[in-house]
Amino acid sequence: MDYLLIQMLNGVQLGLLMFLLAAGLTLTFGIMDLVNLAHGSLYMMGAYIAWTLIGLTDSFVLGALLALPVTFLLGIAVEVVVMRRLYARDHLDQVLATFGLILFFNELVRAVWGPAGKSIAVPALLSHTVEILPGVLYPAYRFAIIVVGALVALFLAWLVARTRLGMLIRAGASNRRMIGALGVNIELLFSLVFGLGAVFAGLAGLMAAPISSVKIGMGDDILILALVIIVIGGIGSIKGAFVAAMVVGQIDIVGRAFLPDFLKTFMAPAAASSAAPAISQVLVYVLMAGVLVWRPTGLFGQRN
Amino acid sequence: MVEPLLHTDRLVKRFGGLIATDTVSIDVRPGEIHALIGPNGAGKTTLVSQLTGNLAPDAGTIHFAGSDVTHLPTHARVRLGLARSFQITSVLREFTALENVALAVQAHAGHSFRFLADVRRDETLRAPARQGLEAVGLGARAGTLASVLSHGEQRQLEIAMALAGDPKLLLLDEPMAGMGAEESQRLIGFLRALKGKRAMLLIEHDMDAVFQLADRITVLVYGRAIASGTPDEIRANAEVRQAYLGDETVEVA
Amino acid sequence: MAALLASLRTPRGLIVALILLVFAVLPLLTQAFDQRYLLSIGTRIVIWSIAAISLNMILGYGGLVSFGHAVFFGIGGYAVGILAANGLQSAWLQWPVAIAASILWAALVGALSLRTRGVYFIMITLAFAQLVYYVSAGLEAYGADDGLNISRSRFPGLIDLRDKASFYWLCFVLLLGTLWFCGRFANSRFGFVLRGAKSNDQRMMALGFPVFHYRLAAFTLSGAFGGLAGILLANEGAYISPAMMSWVKSGDLIVIVVLGGMGTLFGPLYGTIAFFVLEESLKPLLDLVHKGWGEYWQIVFGPMLVLIALYARGGIDSLLGRRHG
Repeated sequence: MDYLLIQMLNGVQLGLLMFLLAAGLTLTFGIMDLVNLAHGSLYMMGAYIAWTLIGLTDSFVLGALLALPVTFLLGIAVEVVVMRRLYARDHLDQVLATFGLILFFNELVRAVWGPAGKSIAVPALLSHTVEILPGVLYPAYRFAIIVVGALVALFLAWLVARTRLGMLIRAGASNRRMIGALGVNIELLFSLVFGLGAVFAGLAGLMAAPISSVKIGMGDDILILALVIIVIGGIGSIKGAFVAAMVVGQIDIVGRAFLPDFLKTFMAPAAASSAAPAISQVLVYVLMAGVLVWRPTGLFGQRN
Repeated sequence: MVEPLLHTDRLVKRFGGLIATDTVSIDVRPGEIHALIGPNGAGKTTLVSQLTGNLAPDAGTIHFAGSDVTHLPTHARVRLGLARSFQITSVLREFTALENVALAVQAHAGHSFRFLADVRRDETLRAPARQGLEAVGLGARAGTLASVLSHGEQRQLEIAMALAGDPKLLLLDEPMAGMGAEESQRLIGFLRALKGKRAMLLIEHDMDAVFQLADRITVLVYGRAIASGTPDEIRANAEVRQAYLGDETVEVA
Repeated sequence: MAALLASLRTPRGLIVALILLVFAVLPLLTQAFDQRYLLSIGTRIVIWSIAAISLNMILGYGGLVSFGHAVFFGIGGYAVGILAANGLQSAWLQWPVAIAASILWAALVGALSLRTRGVYFIMITLAFAQLVYYVSAGLEAYGADDGLNISRSRFPGLIDLRDKASFYWLCFVLLLGTLWFCGRFANSRFGFVLRGAKSNDQRMMALGFPVFHYRLAAFTLSGAFGGLAGILLANEGAYISPAMMSWVKSGDLIVIVVLGGMGTLFGPLYGTIAFFVLEESLKPLLDLVHKGWGEYWQIVFGPMLVLIALYARGGIDSLLGRRHG
C-alpha cells in the first residue's frame, strides 16, 4: 500500500514535470500555430546551463535560479532569430526548421560540453526524506519538485485567469486574428509567450537532472511524450495539458512499477523487465488513440 | 403541388447562447430559382452550411431528392445531386481551368481508385469539361492556370465546376460578389437560361439580380424565415419592408 | 517513346538519364575502381530513394506532413528479421508478410490520424512511429536496443542476396519499378484527387470526393513502399535495430523530400543523393577549415535546414528548369 502511494507520488512528480514542458508547448502551438520540435532542446539547454552555473556558484539553488533568466534570454533569442520568420509559414516549413534546430543544439552541446553526460547532484539541502504520512518516507527532492511544479501550475492558472496577458493568451488560443485586431503588440506577445515556455522547459530540465541525467538529446524523447500530452489535452489548453500530464504521469510510473510483476506471472523475468516500460508507453499511446477517436481535437481543445 | 426537391423541417442551430438558425422550414421546387435574402448576420451562410453538410443542425431535418440527408456527409449529398459554389472563390489554384472542371466531372464518374491511366488524356472527362467551360464563356481559357484567371473568370469557373456534375440543385453563395455591372448582367442571363432545367438556391445581396431571377424569395432575419413567397408578395410584405428593405420600394428594371 | 527522347533534350531529362545510367552500372564502376564501400553507399542511396519516393507520394503530392515515415524501415525490417530469426528465411514468405504488416500499420495509423488536421496530424504520426520504436526496443528476444543480426532473405535458386552486386541490382530494379508506379500514380485519377485535396480539400469534398478515403488509401500505399525499403535496408546490412526507425530518420526523410523537390517524380532521387553527399562531404570540408571541426558537422547542417525551410522550398528540382507537369 505504501509502495503504491509512493509510486503515485512519483507519478504526480513526473506529471508536474511534464506539465511544465507541455504548458509552453501547448501555448506555442495554440497561440502562434507554430510546430516547435525544438522545445525539447530548451529543456536540455536548461539542464546544461544549470550544470555550468551550479558548478560556478557551487550552489544548486543559486545555479538553478540564475539558469532561469539565462534560459529565458535563450528562448527570446531563438524566437527573434528563427521562430519569428516561421509564424506565417506552413507547418512543413516549421517542422523542417525546428528539426534543424534540434540537430544544431544537440551538436552545440556536444561541442561545448562534450559527448559524455553530466550529472547534477541532488542538493544537500534536499537529500533526506520527508515523512509525508505516518511511516511513509518520500525523498525530499522529489517532494520539492512536486511543490515547485504545483506552484508553477497555480501561477499559470492565476496568470491565465486573472491577468491581461492571460486574457490575451486565452483569446489568442481561440482566435489568433482577433488579438491582432485588439491593437496588441503581437510581436511582443509572441516573444513573451515563447520566452515563458522556454523558462518552464528549462526549469523542468534542471529539476529533472538530479534524478535522471544530463545528456545530449535528453529533450528529444521527452518531447514526444509532451506532444502526446498536448494532443490528449487539446492544443492551446493549459487546463488540458495539466489534466493530460497528470493522467499520463500516473499511467507511466504506476505502469512501470506494477507491470513487471504482473508480466512475470506469465513471462520470463528478463523479458518482463524489458517489456514493461514498452507496454506502459503503449498504454499512453492507446489512451491518445482513444481520446482522438472520441474527440479529434483533444479533451479541451478548440473544435473548428 | 410538386414534391419539393429540397425541404428543411424546423432546422435549428445554436452557437452557445446564440440561435443562428431558428426553426427554419424552407423548400425549393424542381427547376425553380429560390432566392435567400436577409441582412448581414441573418444566418444565411449558417443555413447553407447545414444544407451542404459542413455544419450539423441541432434539431430538424433536411430532405433532398427524396432522401433524408440530415446526417449525410458533404460528399454524399453531392453524389445525390447537390452542388455549391463558394462565396469566397475557392478554385484549385495549381490546376488549369480545364483540369478544375475535369475534376468536377471525375467526381461523378464512378470511383477514382485508378492508379495507372493518365487522366490528362481521358476524353470522357475532358470533353464534358471543355463543354462546361464553353457554356460559361471560359472556353478560350481552358489551358490557363486557375490562379492566373481574373476574379470574374474565377467566379465563372466556380459555376462551371458546380454544374459539371449535372446537379439537380445548385447552391449559389453570392455568385455576383465582386463583379462589375456588365459581368453581373451576363451571369444573370446565364442563370436565367438555366432556369427550369435545374433548381437553384441563390444567396445574394444584389437586389437587382434577386428580383430579376427569383421565382420565389425567402427572407431570413436573425435566423428566422420571416417570409417566403413570390417577389411581388415579398415586396408587398410589411414585415420584410421594415426589417430589410427599409420601407422603401425597390426600383427594378 | 518520342516523348522520352524529347525529354532528354531538357536539362532535367539529361541529368535524370545520367543519374540512372550511373546507378545502372555502379557495381561495374566500383569494381573497376576498386571502391567496394562505394557500392554499399550506392545501395543505401537506392534504398533510401525508394523510401523517399514513398513519402513523396503523401507529402509531396498529398500535402500530408507525416513525421513517422521511418517507422516503415522498422516494420519491413523487423518482419524480415523476426521471421529469419525463427528459421523462416524464404523471401517469398518474408517479403509479402513484411509488406502486409506495413500496409496494416499504415491503415491503422492513417484511419486514426487522417481525421485530424494540421499540427495534430504531424504529431500523431510522430507519436505512433515512436510507439513502434519503443516496442521494438523492448523486444528482448530480438535484440531490444542493440538490434538484431539477421541472415539475408533467401531466393532459392534465383538470386543470392549475399552477393553485393546482385543485391544492388535487385534494389535498382525495384527503384525503377517504384519510379514507374509513382509516375503513373501522379497523373492518374487517384493522383489528381490527392493533389486536388492538397490544394483545397474543402473544395474537393464539395465536388463530391470522399477525401478521407483517398488519403487513407494513399497513406497505405505509401506505407507499403516504405515497408519495401525496410526489407531492403535490413538485407543490406544484415541487421535491423530500433535506431533505424528513430524520429531523426523520419526527419531526414522529410528533409530529403523537400530538398529534392516536393511533388516531383525525381525530386526524391535528387534529394537522397544530395543528402548523402552532404553528410559525407560536410565533415571533411569542416576539417579543412579547422582540424577537428568536422566532427561537429551538424552545427552547420542544422542551420542549413533552417535556411532551406525558409528560402529553398522548391528544392533541387526547381533549379533544373521549368516543370512540364
